[in-house]
Amino acid sequence: MTATPTTRPLKGFSGDDKPLWDDYARCVHCGLCLNHCPTYRLWGMEADSPRGRIRQMLLVDQGQLELGDSFVTHIDRCLDCRACETACPSGVEYGKLVEFTRAQIEQQHPRGLFSRLAREAFFRHLLPFPRRISTAARLAKIYQRWGFAAFARATGILKLLGLDARERLMPRIDDKFFFSELGKTFPAQGQRRARVAFFAGCIAQVTFTQLNEATIRVLTANGCEVVVPNGQLCCGALAVHAGVRDVARDLARNNLEAFLRESFDAVITNAAGCGSTLKEYPQLFHEGDAEYPKAIAFQKKMRDVTEFLAELGLAAPLKELPLRVTYQDSCHLAHGQRIREAPRKLIRAIPGIELVEMFRADDCCGSAGIYNVTETAASMEILAEKMRSAAATKAPVIVTANPGCLLQLRAGAALHGTKQEVLHVVELLDRAL
Amino acid sequence: MDSKIIRALEEILGKQSVLSAREDLMMYEYDGSIEVARPDVVVFPRTTQDVVRIVQLANRHQVPITGRGAGTGLSGGALARQGGILTVFSRMNKILEIDIENQRAVVQPGVVNLDITRAVEHAGFYFAPDPSSQKSCTIGGNVAENAGGPHTLLYGITTNHVLGLEVVMPSGEVLRVGGKTLDTPGYDLTGLLVGSEGTLAIVTEVTVKLTRLPEATKTLLAIYETVDDATETVAEITARAITPAACEFMDGWTLRVVEAWVHAGFPLDSAAVLLIEVDGLREAIEAQAAEILDVCKLHRAREVRVAKDSKERELLWKGRKNAFGAVGRLSPSYYVQDGVIPRTKLPATLREIDVIGKKYGFEIGNIFHAGDGNLHPIILFDPRDRGQYERAVAAAGEIMAHCIAVGGSITGEHGVGFEKSELMPLMFTEADLDAMRGVRHAFNPAGLLNPGKIFPFGKGCGEVRVQPFPITPATPL
Repeated sequence: MTATPTTRPLKGFSGDDKPLWDDYARCVHCGLCLNHCPTYRLWGMEADSPRGRIRQMLLVDQGQLELGDSFVTHIDRCLDCRACETACPSGVEYGKLVEFTRAQIEQQHPRGLFSRLAREAFFRHLLPFPRRISTAARLAKIYQRWGFAAFARATGILKLLGLDARERLMPRIDDKFFFSELGKTFPAQGQRRARVAFFAGCIAQVTFTQLNEATIRVLTANGCEVVVPNGQLCCGALAVHAGVRDVARDLARNNLEAFLRESFDAVITNAAGCGSTLKEYPQLFHEGDAEYPKAIAFQKKMRDVTEFLAELGLAAPLKELPLRVTYQDSCHLAHGQRIREAPRKLIRAIPGIELVEMFRADDCCGSAGIYNVTETAASMEILAEKMRSAAATKAPVIVTANPGCLLQLRAGAALHGTKQEVLHVVELLDRAL
Repeated sequence: MDSKIIRALEEILGKQSVLSAREDLMMYEYDGSIEVARPDVVVFPRTTQDVVRIVQLANRHQVPITGRGAGTGLSGGALARQGGILTVFSRMNKILEIDIENQRAVVQPGVVNLDITRAVEHAGFYFAPDPSSQKSCTIGGNVAENAGGPHTLLYGITTNHVLGLEVVMPSGEVLRVGGKTLDTPGYDLTGLLVGSEGTLAIVTEVTVKLTRLPEATKTLLAIYETVDDATETVAEITARAITPAACEFMDGWTLRVVEAWVHAGFPLDSAAVLLIEVDGLREAIEAQAAEILDVCKLHRAREVRVAKDSKERELLWKGRKNAFGAVGRLSPSYYVQDGVIPRTKLPATLREIDVIGKKYGFEIGNIFHAGDGNLHPIILFDPRDRGQYERAVAAAGEIMAHCIAVGGSITGEHGVGFEKSELMPLMFTEADLDAMRGVRHAFNPAGLLNPGKIFPFGKGCGEVRVQPFPITPATPL
């Protein structure tokens, strides 16, 4: 049995934003990535492994596999956690490949009506608009606070609609939104050691206000003047992951303006997922584009908060916190940005803390942006495995470095009854101030 | 394939565990090698009983059946060369029993090699065979190919660490061979089955020996200005009857590729390095290391570094074990060989490989288990260019012929598979091969298990092989 090439090649990828031979042909199909891929570990299927997905990209590009339902399913099921990039000796930039592939799917593959409308609404009409995020959050708050949520849970209506797991993942809407802090400057405590801009996020501004405030407290306590520039919008990470690159490009243009207006020592984010995309803004443009040099300049300033603090060194005195904690690597920090030591170093800097490593701490928790909403069943299986590893450490606190992971792990702790508290690294530092 | 067979498989295993659509089958037509062969149906058993029923069905319909673990093999062993049923063990991946006191573990074939070590290292043990793909490859594949690895020099290959097997015969019968003891009465069928490349029976359970982690380990990196100095060092270490745990050679070309990824501090300007490891009792390894250091210096090593901690040691090994994969940085495809030569012939053979490379217009990288004389020359080629592919295969053939001519072998650890089946007559007489065929016939009379492997078809490589990449003409589409 031999592989006979199809006589009439299919149409393959086309236009801009497509995976290129030079990128995917770096894969020499050695298979060293397999056991690092959460979906391969889950299903044991080559088509749901990094090597298999790259092979499918190659086959589509060579016109031998249809850019159709089967291909789209396997690409959709990828978490884009990029653990395979860490495992890959050949330096395949898998994240880039899958994101470009999704751009092709977005342009060429007709999805069902519901999915199309939902994607359209979310990526094009919600995320880029802070006002709409704010309105949607107020509505969600009514659902959560006025008893509707309790009602829906009690009556089993959510279970009936198959939404019970998803509802648990819904973040609690903040009482106060972070939008009100935009444009403010927070002075450094003591001698000023750095002047930084803070990237506040989009949905995080209505759900992670406390995390953002903790981040500012930790930064200012360590001698940073923190500016929250006006005019900043969503980073575009979710759009990039979904292949909606035009929206991401517009958001990037806007953010480049907002953050390059003034000179800062660094631009800081507390969201590893956002940080990874922000650092990769150059990928959204061609080298000849006017935005490209700006994206490069911005990339040089961009720092994850843990990366920045570990580099700067902690100056604020820290109280003793006699606690056993375990650290879950956020994928877009460990694999996307290759930052593993900085968060651990900060955690260990707190007197009294015992950091216990969990088994496979750098395996994805299943959050993966909106994966837990789009591929809920797979996400929940991955989460169950993660909670077993986390519980085995007997640490009452799980620390991580990204809002998406916080939501997922909090849902995991509730669903699996591990009674563990889930904190961001800066929230832990904030407690010790 | 007859849709009746597919439906029957779906009844046995459930629809979720059977793939038969063209796009799904295309995911199993490749492995870590450069070969391509598409199965007709892919199945995922979970239990020995599943395998029995699959085999019985294959037998009833006289359909070929081939096993596959993670598909990291380098000789096409896990490819369905003649189509039929490909049995993938990725979901049969449970560790069934760990018996630390008696240093045994019983595992299903789909368990990843390194996961065995992960499961027992807390108690101070590990599974010794360490193929470079150990973070992905499965124990079933290791057994089929009798896999080696850097540390086989001291610790032996897979067969030295497998004590018992549960296998399904082509008839569907389940056999248990060997056991938990080191030697069982009667024929050593375990020894026969390990390395039989899935042509005698299908392995469904493996009893392995666990090895105690050494008290101490010392890792040396000897750096050379010439390849000859490095290979002569190896010959002398052998001559002085020193057996390190591992002795690996990497040439300057490979080092530069690897260093770009691993940042272990490999010297970029050197011609070659030896990565030598000694382990055992603390006092013993100090003496051994000192003697090795002497030999390195005697053969003009520019510098010998000693890894100062386990982190540095791990980094050096990470570089070595990921070397093949790292080649993708330079070339979209590579063809790696697996020749074995007497260690005393190392210097001359490397010179010969260089000559062959020049003749065919390739720069051939060399990285190998020097202590075993197990060579892995890597030939880079672009699969879009049919001519390059053919020249790569021809160059590889000459290298293999040279290995045999100096008293060596065509495979040290990757297996014959279908990559090297046509080279077998270079090593064995017809009588030798007939004896092996007789063994196969005793187990697998209808030839349904992994057909097209090990034994030559009697045709030239070029006739048997297909283009190694699913590539249509090189013109843009």
